[in-house]
Amino acid sequence: MMEENIQQEVVNEQASQTTYTAADFKMGQPRWCPGCGDHAFLNSFQKAMAEIGVAPYDTAVISGIGCSSRLPYYVKTYAMQTIHGRAAAIAMGTKIVNPKLTIWQISGDGDALAIGGNHFIHAMRRNIDLNMILLNNRIYGLTKGQYSPTSPRGFVSKSSPYGTVEDPFRPAELCFGARGKFFARAVASDAPNTIEILKAAYHHKGAAVCEILQNCIIFNNGVYDPIYTSSGRKKNTIYVEDGKPLVFGENNEFGLVQKGFGLKVVEIGKDGYTMDDVLVHDSHCEDDTLQLKLAMMDNEHGFPVALGVIRNVEGPTYDGAVNAQIEEVKQKKHYHNFTELLETNDIWEVK
Amino acid sequence: MSEELEVKELEDVVVRFSGDSGDGMQLAGNIFSTISAIVGNDISTFPDYPADIRAPQGSLTGVSGYQVHIGESTVYTPGDKCDVLVAMNAAALRTQYKYAKPTAGIIIDTDAFGPADLKKAEFQTDDYLKEMCIDPDRVVACPITRMVKEALVDTGMDNKSMLKCRNMFALGLVCWLFNRDLDLVFGFLHKKFAKKPDLADANIKVVQAGYDYGLNTQASIPNTYRIETREKRPGRYMDITGNKATAYGLIAAAEKAGLKLYLGSYPITPATDILHELAKHKSLGVTTVQCEDEISGCASAVGASFAGALAATSTSGPGICLKSEAMNLAVIDELPLVVIDVQRSGPSTGMPTKSEQTDLLQVLYGRNGESPMPVIAATSPTDCFDAAYMAAKIALEHLTPVVLLTDAYCANGSGAWKLPNIDELPEIKPHYATADQKYKYTPYIRDAETHVRYWAVPGMEGFTHILGGLEKDGATGAISTDPENHHKMDYERYTKVASIKVPDVEVLGDKDDADLLIVGFGSTFGHLYSTMTELRKKGCKVALAHFKYINPLPRNTAEVLTKYKKVVVAEQNLGQFAALLRIRINNFVPYQYNQVKGQPFVVNELVKGFESLLTTPEIEEEGLYYDTKIIQ
Repeated sequence: MMEENIQQEVVNEQASQTTYTAADFKMGQPRWCPGCGDHAFLNSFQKAMAEIGVAPYDTAVISGIGCSSRLPYYVKTYAMQTIHGRAAAIAMGTKIVNPKLTIWQISGDGDALAIGGNHFIHAMRRNIDLNMILLNNRIYGLTKGQYSPTSPRGFVSKSSPYGTVEDPFRPAELCFGARGKFFARAVASDAPNTIEILKAAYHHKGAAVCEILQNCIIFNNGVYDPIYTSSGRKKNTIYVEDGKPLVFGENNEFGLVQKGFGLKVVEIGKDGYTMDDVLVHDSHCEDDTLQLKLAMMDNEHGFPVALGVIRNVEGPTYDGAVNAQIEEVKQKKHYHNFTELLETNDIWEVK
Repeated sequence: MSEELEVKELEDVVVRFSGDSGDGMQLAGNIFSTISAIVGNDISTFPDYPADIRAPQGSLTGVSGYQVHIGESTVYTPGDKCDVLVAMNAAALRTQYKYAKPTAGIIIDTDAFGPADLKKAEFQTDDYLKEMCIDPDRVVACPITRMVKEALVDTGMDNKSMLKCRNMFALGLVCWLFNRDLDLVFGFLHKKFAKKPDLADANIKVVQAGYDYGLNTQASIPNTYRIETREKRPGRYMDITGNKATAYGLIAAAEKAGLKLYLGSYPITPATDILHELAKHKSLGVTTVQCEDEISGCASAVGASFAGALAATSTSGPGICLKSEAMNLAVIDELPLVVIDVQRSGPSTGMPTKSEQTDLLQVLYGRNGESPMPVIAATSPTDCFDAAYMAAKIALEHLTPVVLLTDAYCANGSGAWKLPNIDELPEIKPHYATADQKYKYTPYIRDAETHVRYWAVPGMEGFTHILGGLEKDGATGAISTDPENHHKMDYERYTKVASIKVPDVEVLGDKDDADLLIVGFGSTFGHLYSTMTELRKKGCKVALAHFKYINPLPRNTAEVLTKYKKVVVAEQNLGQFAALLRIRINNFVPYQYNQVKGQPFVVNELVKGFESLLTTPEIEEEGLYYDTKIIQ
């Protein structure tokens, strides 16, 4: 009964353009503080969208509330900046109704993990085909400096003058716990890696979480200092790549090996460790045990921070399954419009 | 024994089937109402569910009732009190007798009145009739359990399965009492148990046994009854509940508008049946999502609307509080959305299975900022279809969220519904962007007359735009905190809703010379109409103005309400509609009749209250003139 939107067909007689540049996705003048990590991310995002090549009118960018959720105002696509925490829920409705759209859901750490925690985990559990961008600066910036659900225990902020007395969420852990099938991470200042993971997220069919580590220059400056520069990243991060050994360091002199129930950093050629001992990355491995270990590594515990696509596993998408089931039932059932529906009831006639 | 009983004709009769939750009383009642409707009687039904999930068998809290009102001509309510009460166990008699008229006949299963049953029903003695002051002459005391087992002795059924057929014995007995055609019952059962013919046969045997029991023993009563059909309104009919009619209204509207239908919902009593109903109809392309919470139910519907669907969300009670934020997003986004609020008793969790009209002011005013939203209140179970259809039409044509108010009473109640012809339903033309706006489109440019913006959905080239919760510049669509712009945008949104054309409110009864105008809204129509009819039979000059369109109110509202000497606003809350009318109409101070018991109005009580209002204006009675005593 439900036909394609007639209006839409009339208007799109022919697509005027088939390739795009970042400029095709630019709009307005971003109002973030100078030096905010969001500027860097926005640039990478627009470049990634151009490289992906989906038309701006077939793209929807949907955000919640917060500094980073202002992002849709600076992209020339269909967009909605919604209400605090609900971007994933709103994006779900949009994607189910029109699965052809490419949807980028933009949230900050407060938006996705505090007020929107429920929608965040359920979007992953359902595996809705959304590209979910989590801009994590570990602070509430728009409300001027309160701790967020990713701020570390003891974090001093305006709302925690004596330090927080609660543990933070670690987004990867939450994602994996919610049966997430795609998790990637990049540092906002690292454009090539950011573009790389955004493209991977686009190509992954299902809920794809990209955690962007992003510096808030005003309220949480320096939070990612050890990894915010390319020289810092050489020492303190590891770029994971499928089929490649997990090595890092200025000269790739360090590697990750499995030790007991955990991972261990070793120097290759020392203590009897050779390249053969180093783990080889596999983001497609269904079992997420080692992927989780990778994602949880941090400098505080003597590990490099893992960047790149950490987990990338195929699975049925919710929007795909919902629409496939509709098609399946259409084949099975004999009624396909309102008039035929009425006839499925117990009807009597008064003459 | 074989002496023919006298058959007495009745204009209408109310039968209440009651028993344990598992006794199948709903089914017995449903069959009785349907076969009555088939012969042309009018019907109105009302189920009364226990709130407990599964109360212990035989306990007072586990009693479930199903009231059926059938009449030779239109019946407007399920009836105040019943003429026949079927009580399948001691607890049912204990709790349901209060719904029986003093003259009512009572059918009981004596096998379910043993010492343990009586104890569970908190009887002190074994003379339960005396304890409840029931005249034994009015009771048809029948060993139903035993007779059901006898009827099924050859079937090889186990004891538990046999006991499940007790409801059919009661049904058979009621059919005998009202001279109903058993073939219609058999037809119904064959259809219902088409895949389980053994079960159909067993049920049929038991119905027959119940009927024969009445015939053979004449149930120690003086006569049986017949309800003729007076007003035959030719057409094809089905029995439909309010929730099902609501679902059907949305389906019809989506088809008429040429759109996908999306429902985002979260299970909540008594609205869940809308989700159940729509989830069945995937062959019509209907998409339903059982969301992670109420918020997502509404939020995902806003997303679906953005993508170009007819989007709806259904809820009740605290669910409407949770949806407020996303409803408000739809207000500022100016996206079409139907929000169905099946009102139930509150505040908070309140009495989840019971009915009230207490969300009216919340849906009108319960959001931050100036947040105008059209509100439509369905006036009966079958009217839920029209109300849902019109809610969708207004939403799509005026690009606004619309609240459809129903309530537990009209959602669960049912009536005979004449099947509509979809070709005859009003057109629905969503207010789309036009081709000449391509590459020039901004989202808040409006039609000068209706103040409605133009709808462009993702996927259309040349119409990319951003919507959102922040105030926008009316011309450019960019974020704006300009004071003049915000003032203008608030006015635009307000005027858009206020300009929606709704039908005038009709005055029924003595419209030219009524001494009292009764005013109500939503599902109380049947009770208020019956009350007016009763009063006019008594010679009183009374009229009724009943409202379905609450926001905007019909254009003639003030004119109608200020025309009569006395006006009483009767509603199932503490005066919310009266308050609204007092805001909207200068110097309008009506009498109020307010009741929040979780049960439908009782016509007799309304008649009594309004009679006294007509005669002695200063009298004070319970429920009447709750907070205002001033006569205009």
